[in-house]
Amino acid sequence: MSVKDKVIEIIAEQAVLEPSDVTLESTLDSLGIDSLGLVESIFAIEEAFDIQVPFNANDPSESDFDISSVATIIKGIETLVAEQA
Amino acid sequence: MRRVVITGAGTINALGSDVPKTLEAMREGRCGIGPLEFRDVERLSISIGGQVKDFDPVTAFNRQQLSLYDRFTQFTLIAAKEAIGQSGLSFSGELAARAGVVLGTAGGGVSTWDDNYRAVYEEGKNRVHPFVVPKLMNNAATSHVSMEYNLKGPSFTVSTACASSNHAMAQAFQMVRSGMSDVMIGGGSESMLCFGGVKAWEGLRVMSRDACRPFSANRNGMVQGEGAAVFVFEEYEHARERGAEILAELIGFAMSSDASDIVMPSKQGAGRAIAGALRDAKLNPEDVGYINAHGTGTAANDKTECAAVADVFGPHADKLMMSSTKSMHGHLIGGTGAVELLACIMALRDGVIAPTIGYEELDPECALDVVPNEARDAKVDVALSNAFAFGGLNAVLALRKV
Repeated sequence: MSVKDKVIEIIAEQAVLEPSDVTLESTLDSLGIDSLGLVESIFAIEEAFDIQVPFNANDPSESDFDISSVATIIKGIETLVAEQA
Repeated sequence: MRRVVITGAGTINALGSDVPKTLEAMREGRCGIGPLEFRDVERLSISIGGQVKDFDPVTAFNRQQLSLYDRFTQFTLIAAKEAIGQSGLSFSGELAARAGVVLGTAGGGVSTWDDNYRAVYEEGKNRVHPFVVPKLMNNAATSHVSMEYNLKGPSFTVSTACASSNHAMAQAFQMVRSGMSDVMIGGGSESMLCFGGVKAWEGLRVMSRDACRPFSANRNGMVQGEGAAVFVFEEYEHARERGAEILAELIGFAMSSDASDIVMPSKQGAGRAIAGALRDAKLNPEDVGYINAHGTGTAANDKTECAAVADVFGPHADKLMMSSTKSMHGHLIGGTGAVELLACIMALRDGVIAPTIGYEELDPECALDVVPNEARDAKVDVALSNAFAFGGLNAVLALRKV
């Protein structure tokens, strides 16, 4: 499974949706994922890829990790996975 | 001062998954204590407990709830659903703004601590689930009940070891009695039956390896239980006006501190709490027909408790009945007083006194009528419920038949 598909699967599970309902343009807000849901998703992503995501729940906009859409999240994870390899 | 009645009761414990099943087990003198089942149990020297079995969290709660509910919170929510359902109350407007929840627990999310310590220490993991803290905190159960039922008044968790739920229910009672609220939810919950929880208790060497036999000369220690009980405390006129079924009236309470030893009980401290509850409820000793004992089955507690009762009640101590239902459901630590309040309600409402099972041999230092082994039919107008915690913190509640 590609990074993209896995991330979408995790986000879909968190949003209680089918992966096909999660598009690259979707935002966490539009998927109904709140702040607790976000930290839980990041935890699941870290577990799935064995990476550390530089995300600070106190101030997500200051984090070195862009969560503005599903596409930016996937891009960020792909970078982290590549750096680790 | 206003009168306070109980209009709802709920529980889950080793004897049953609700109040009717629990009371039936108490009437039949059934033992809920058996072999413990959880990971690493073979490394424990204590392998029995009053564990809640035939309970599947996955059928009771959804995935998101399970990620936030430790087992002690799960038990609490199951008990709260039964209690609030029975009361027929729903909370909105002014009632919701003033109604709150006060619950007791000694350990809070013990198995959440245990699971995550195991993950980071034993399994070497460097990451834990983000909800570990909101799941394990001692007030988690209280907060989830508050959120589930829209209870916006005074809400908090009380932690006084084995007296936690009696202290909590005393607070809830006090708030209704004083006029602070018309309805309060009170009770307690505990779930320490996991490897770390039982291992900690083993260290103290007060646990029995075979049975909890309160007041029996051959008693050899306490047996842990788990579960929860929750009650709806309501102002009497408020309950009457809406035609609610009244289970019993809470008429008084007292608390005291031994101020002497961190584990050994004190006859004086226990006696002051019992006498204080009689005074608060404006009772004479002769009015009391039944006491639900703290009755842990340890050498120290049982003789101290009997001596305290003898001191407070004088000749009437030989006439009243005093049983320990811990012999059946085990010691629920911070939730124990709440489950034991059910035995008081059964005595007052149904005229059935729950027995002290496992009783085999008279101890001259515990020579009261402990209702050995078989439940008894008896008319009781007033009952007390004792709780005496480690740390010497005591809380006694007084109830009357309505």
